[in-house]
Amino acid sequence: MRHEIMLMIAAVIILIIELSTGKDNKSLMIPATVILFSLITFIGFLPIETGKLFGGSYNTSDMIILMKNSLNIGVLIVIIQSAGWLKHSFENFDNSGGYFFIIISSLIGMDFMISSGDFLMFYIGLELATIPIAALAAVEKMKRRSSEAGIKLILSAALSSGILLFGISILYGTNGSLFFSSLSSDNMNTSLQLLAFIFIFAGVAFKISLVPFHLWTADVYEGAPVNISSFLSSISKASAIFILIILLFTVFNSLISVWNTVLYYTAVITMTIGNLFAMRQQNMKRFLAFSSIAQAGFIPLGIIGGTQFGISAVIYFLLIYIFSNLGAFGVVSAISNVTGKENMDEYNGLYRTNPKLSLVMMLSLFSLAGIPPVAGFFGKFFLFTAAAVQGYYILVFIAVVNATISLYYYLLVVKAMFINKSDTPIEFIDNDNYTKAGLLICALGIIIIGFAGIIFEFIESASTGI
Amino acid sequence: MDLILLILVPVLTVAALMTAGSKAQARMIAAAGTGIQLILSVYLLIMYLIERSSGNIDQMLFTDKYVWFNTLNIYFSTGVDGISVSLILLTAIVTFTGVLASWDVDYLYKEFFISLLILSTGVFGFFISLDLFSMFLFYELAVIPMYLLIGIWGSGKKEYAAMKLTLMLMGASAVLLVGLLGIYSYSSPTGSTALTFNIIEIAKIDIPIEAQRYFFPMVFIGFGVLGALFPFHTWSPDGHSSAPTAVSMLHAGVLMKMGGYGCLRVAMYLLPEAANEMAWIFIILTSISIVYGAFGAIVQTDLKYINAYSSVSHCGLVLFAILMTNDIAMNGAVLQMISHGLMTALFFALIGMIYSRTHTRDIREMTGLMKVMPFLSVCYMIAGFASLGLPGLSGFVAEMTIFVGAFQNTDLFHRSVTILAASSIVITAVYILRVVAKILLGPPGSNLPAGMKDAVWNEKAVTIILIIAIAGMGLLPLWLSEMILNSLGPITEKLALLK
Repeated sequence: MRHEIMLMIAAVIILIIELSTGKDNKSLMIPATVILFSLITFIGFLPIETGKLFGGSYNTSDMIILMKNSLNIGVLIVIIQSAGWLKHSFENFDNSGGYFFIIISSLIGMDFMISSGDFLMFYIGLELATIPIAALAAVEKMKRRSSEAGIKLILSAALSSGILLFGISILYGTNGSLFFSSLSSDNMNTSLQLLAFIFIFAGVAFKISLVPFHLWTADVYEGAPVNISSFLSSISKASAIFILIILLFTVFNSLISVWNTVLYYTAVITMTIGNLFAMRQQNMKRFLAFSSIAQAGFIPLGIIGGTQFGISAVIYFLLIYIFSNLGAFGVVSAISNVTGKENMDEYNGLYRTNPKLSLVMMLSLFSLAGIPPVAGFFGKFFLFTAAAVQGYYILVFIAVVNATISLYYYLLVVKAMFINKSDTPIEFIDNDNYTKAGLLICALGIIIIGFAGIIFEFIESASTGI
Repeated sequence: MDLILLILVPVLTVAALMTAGSKAQARMIAAAGTGIQLILSVYLLIMYLIERSSGNIDQMLFTDKYVWFNTLNIYFSTGVDGISVSLILLTAIVTFTGVLASWDVDYLYKEFFISLLILSTGVFGFFISLDLFSMFLFYELAVIPMYLLIGIWGSGKKEYAAMKLTLMLMGASAVLLVGLLGIYSYSSPTGSTALTFNIIEIAKIDIPIEAQRYFFPMVFIGFGVLGALFPFHTWSPDGHSSAPTAVSMLHAGVLMKMGGYGCLRVAMYLLPEAANEMAWIFIILTSISIVYGAFGAIVQTDLKYINAYSSVSHCGLVLFAILMTNDIAMNGAVLQMISHGLMTALFFALIGMIYSRTHTRDIREMTGLMKVMPFLSVCYMIAGFASLGLPGLSGFVAEMTIFVGAFQNTDLFHRSVTILAASSIVITAVYILRVVAKILLGPPGSNLPAGMKDAVWNEKAVTIILIIAIAGMGLLPLWLSEMILNSLGPITEKLALLK
């Protein structure tokens, strides 16, 4: 429970700071939050015992702690990047306390969701993870797009969690228990239980933005503030993938042939549709939304076949994906905070005026595309290896073709920044320290994670027991 | 000799370049870095020959292994044999002369040299790698700087050419990845379940023939696209013509040889049964490359396009010879890789020099350059003669070995395609002599800019180094050919066991 307790203490401290500082000296809030959260991330890595609590409702293992630490790192980067946005938009600066409080609440929800041992804890965690973010998606009160994003997110989330709940109740009806451990020993061969699986899969796939549950993604990412889009696309997605892995391997382990097939076809459509739509986008946030849909399509390649190596490959890929995606969103955020420009055309000639920003963007995009020597190459390579060793060569072939297609649209952005010339490029942006720190952490992560083999070994050793 | 130095030197040069200030500093650093790399490669060659003559008969020398990802059995394994050593020397020569030929690059000069050196790092890493993972990593690493190099510093329809080249080559490496992962999944020796990526270990295992039939086309096409295999060669003419001089030199001279080397080292060596069965399909495709490339060069009017199609034809000859699966032909293939690499680097360098003076690459607009720029014109003639296989220059050595080797296969199919491929010598002569006569001989054209100077010092250095290499290989090829033949032993053994 260490993660959750620390986060709750941090949330309370933020509230206290919010209440005790007057209207004019809110500037203490941002450094305080960054320091608190860095401490939490650091403490998260210290070793601790694992086991079950609350009669089996809450369990931790090395793998779950690893997942929570990855989410912590991601949220730390999001908080650092948000500092830049908060400083530039004055109406939101006064709400910094509320902003950070909601993000931490959502993270607490995700932690409970990942550690859940029964469906009740899972559902509570899921709702706590989703609903506050809808509030943040609508936080820019003066922009209509933001409110639209908030409404779309909350309505689609409500529908999908309704379907999820229906599935859970069917499972409870057929089995009599909500606990994962007793459900996993149940041999699920009735069609009612199959229906329950489909509903639960649909509910979780909504958060992962797998096709055909992805329709909310582009509009919400485009309308929400950039840092909330980055939170949704990396942290929220990663947590949903983690819990999907846990559910598939514990509750639905008797249905392995069913979910292998479901994952196979879902992967194929998700990759394809994500790539095809990403090619046409002009708005950078929509572009990154579809690109993240396509990236999520690669994840099932690691889960299919159900091997320990596959799970390690997925966790490794997600860690790298968090760094790469936050790097790309970080650059978009840095530019849009100061100039408000979000279109690909406006990025023309960016290298002449802002070389470091262009380089970080190029590194992040190459990592997303899977180009060596940056970390994304290693992540994708291991995912493909996991699927190939299980014999799914056709799926790997489709995946590599899609990876090449995705390279095309990532190169479009590189082309705009480096090759296209413009008479009015974006002026030199002097970023504040928080933005620089955030982008630096992402860039370092992208460069180092691939070459440091010990990180993968560490993940592999932690994922025993599945 | 620690092979990792060959990667360390370019990386350190890149790091040094990032701190460079002025254009003079940047190009001195780049020239120094690539010069040191050249000295290292010559040293490697001498050390290799000494080791071999002192009786060391290991397949690979100077081997080393660095653990990378223990759970997947991925090591960064390095090692060289005769083939790799000669190709490393080729790369070092072409990179050094490429830097010298780019002495006047002005726009974003620092980034230009950095990208060029990252490209060469990828190539050196590819040639010293002994395991599939690192080979693949360096193979992809060598493709992506091309996009920036052609897109930013190129000419003509550079954005189109850059995107087409990058997507086609990355698409090929995508197909290659599936093939490599397939080989990996079958790589456990009998009695154990440990998979490996190491080429030498995999060569000791028999991969089942049904699996080989799927993976051989993927691996061969994956590497072959870079080696200009018909019909996937279409990235080459536009790519080479839109690229700046040094990039064309490196790409046509060295990168396309990575394709041939990959076919030899991975496709033919690790999947020999499928190679024997399916060679005929690819022989037909490569013969088409050879003849079609040569015919294509005849009708072009842009100097760079002529040379690009000529490269398609000559690189097709490399793959053709590899597919002949006997040791003389494969020896000829490696010799052709080296010879063509030097030749095409010389050609592209000269075309760049001519272009910077006449500001046109259209052969219809140039005549009589011999009177105006005698040094460069004579160099161009030498390059042309090497290309059409004049004895005394490297082209003859390579092509003769290939055709003698190819003719050793006595059946009708092989003999007839050999005759077809040999006819390309005549077609090559047509387009080379046509261009030489048109642009070099005759009275100086009236539309040429006035006051054109002959070669300056860096251009003379480039041409002299390359011509010495070409002539040296043409007059004294025996040491090279024997070094390569000894290293081909294991490969041809595996292929011959099945005949």
